[in-house]
Amino acid sequence: MTTTPETSGNGQIILEARDLKKHFPVTKGLLFSKITGWIKAVDGVSFEVRVGETLGLVGESGCGKSTTAKMLLMLEEPTDGSILFEGEDVHLTTQAKRREYRSSVQAVFQDPWSSLNPRMRVRDLIAEPMVINWDMDRGGVMERVQKLLNDVGLNEYHSNLFPHEFSGGQRQRLAIARALALNPKVIVLDEPVSALDVSIRAQIMNLLKDLQNEYNVSYLLIAHDLATVRYMCTWVAVMYLGQIVELAPVKELFENPLHPYTKALMSAALPSHPDTVQDEMILMGEVPSPLNPPPGCYFHPRCPFAMDRCSVDVTEAKEPSPQHWVSCHLY
Amino acid sequence: MVESATIGEIVLEVEDLRTYFRTRFGTVKAVDGVSFNLRKGETLGIVGESGCGKSVTMLSMMRLVPIPPGRIVSGKIVLDGEDLLQLSEGEMTNIRGSKIALIIQDPMTSLNPVFSIGSQVAEAIKLHHDIPHRSVVDQALEVLRKVNIPAAETRMRDYPHQMSGGMRQRVVGAIGISCEPMVLIADEPTTSLDVTIQAQYLKLLKDIQKESDLSLIFITHDFGIVAKMCDRVAVMYAGRIVEMGSVRDIFNHPSHPYTEALLASVPKMEQDVERLYSIEGQPPTLHDLPEGCPFAPRCPHVMDRCRTEYPPQIDQSETHYASCWRLA
Repeated sequence: MTTTPETSGNGQIILEARDLKKHFPVTKGLLFSKITGWIKAVDGVSFEVRVGETLGLVGESGCGKSTTAKMLLMLEEPTDGSILFEGEDVHLTTQAKRREYRSSVQAVFQDPWSSLNPRMRVRDLIAEPMVINWDMDRGGVMERVQKLLNDVGLNEYHSNLFPHEFSGGQRQRLAIARALALNPKVIVLDEPVSALDVSIRAQIMNLLKDLQNEYNVSYLLIAHDLATVRYMCTWVAVMYLGQIVELAPVKELFENPLHPYTKALMSAALPSHPDTVQDEMILMGEVPSPLNPPPGCYFHPRCPFAMDRCSVDVTEAKEPSPQHWVSCHLY
Repeated sequence: MVESATIGEIVLEVEDLRTYFRTRFGTVKAVDGVSFNLRKGETLGIVGESGCGKSVTMLSMMRLVPIPPGRIVSGKIVLDGEDLLQLSEGEMTNIRGSKIALIIQDPMTSLNPVFSIGSQVAEAIKLHHDIPHRSVVDQALEVLRKVNIPAAETRMRDYPHQMSGGMRQRVVGAIGISCEPMVLIADEPTTSLDVTIQAQYLKLLKDIQKESDLSLIFITHDFGIVAKMCDRVAVMYAGRIVEMGSVRDIFNHPSHPYTEALLASVPKMEQDVERLYSIEGQPPTLHDLPEGCPFAPRCPHVMDRCRTEYPPQIDQSETHYASCWRLA
């Protein structure tokens, strides 16, 4: 997508991605390896995250949503494009500013079994980011650890335990407390509930919403489950093969999906009631390899509405209705 | 969703099944008095969270519970007039795969990485049919075509790592149906698949079921799969079935507080929800179950009686019952 949404006026932009790209080289040979191709994991993605709002990135595995998140967390260097934080390009600014960016953008990952160090006590786990980044005395740090534990629904008693003594839901609470430690402005949530039990998911989703209201933090939520996205998000971007195919406010996207891929995703999603009427729109085939994407619109080989020009012309983002962007030749 | 006109006689009957495990923390009652039946051509969903005993129920039906530490303490599993728990290991081997088959969750680990997929499908067929090698291969090919593997002749020679997750799960499905079982148990068959691939796979299972009048048992934690696939549902909590009914009974009139709460805590794609209901606390650990109803500590309608006595099954209609004192 090349254009970016206009500010809707209800919030200022905190984080912006402009035409972000990440291409991974494919090499052949071990010693004298040469590059034989490129995997375009993310290929020109633009979006904005506003203060106190949640942007959802939806898509199937391999669509580039996690690579996008890694770039925002500065764990991957983008091949091209820029990340703007409070209007400033994070790759062109000073070392000190980058450091500040890193502490303002935190992450909560999918698997709370592998994201917490098993050899650290809870209080050390949560204190660690503060000890590294802040010049704070021990008493102050411990006081804040207690406050954070209370914020996520745990108590003082838990601070002395090790991660293995907690259930999955509690561990995810710990990961959230740790992410909140530095008063971040943006938290990247990479599938935060999909590893949890059904009855625990609602607890964590509600907790995340409460914390957002309390601290006015912005979320970038990566998910594959559309129902979760509808519950959590303000804006939704649908990704396919490294590109955003549709971007709209959550209600608009769910009530009036435009891109055929978005429609297919919705009809493939599981119903919430046996009497729910769903359009039968089952996509044939699988996502093509990003190593060798089809010409024209990347979606055309699986698209039921494909026209002649779809296999030739590259799609561009259009805005058929206000604040609703779609990359498709149908519009 | 399923309007099965072909629901016929009972093919599988499970009666008061109890499977316990001995651990150093004491006896874990993983399955504690589970009874249900399954008719021909019907799809039954067994829903519950991790640790509720749904997978151990499935393992007991296949007689695959590791003994020791496990032990099937009591109960009957009658398949086609025969009690599986009375059979010798040799007799059970003949039944596994040919009369009752299993599709497990992870196609990565359920296929052998060093054999081609063709030979893995053929292995299942060879075990149960005394036929020449040529026709085994032909049959394997036919089964692979049935699960819509494109270019099955050439892909037969592929190894599991050469296939995508969706294709691998199809191969696992092919092995499951290769000997035309009466009952197919699918344990979370689509959790590792993408949504559009999941939709393809569920449709395939439905088509196969229609074609061969197969009885399906879906073990899942996802009410979406239940809504899409199942005729009847059993909700499990802490080793017991707490509510059972037709899919519409469960979705329209959930009677057990646990079922009610679970349904209310799932976000919906079709409508905005202001705030999700969330069940406080966590599922109990099975070696240290509270006395009385195991859901009592988390239940919003808890009464004194719930903490001392386990509630009986209370019929709501001919097809629907729940175990809760609130209904008594």
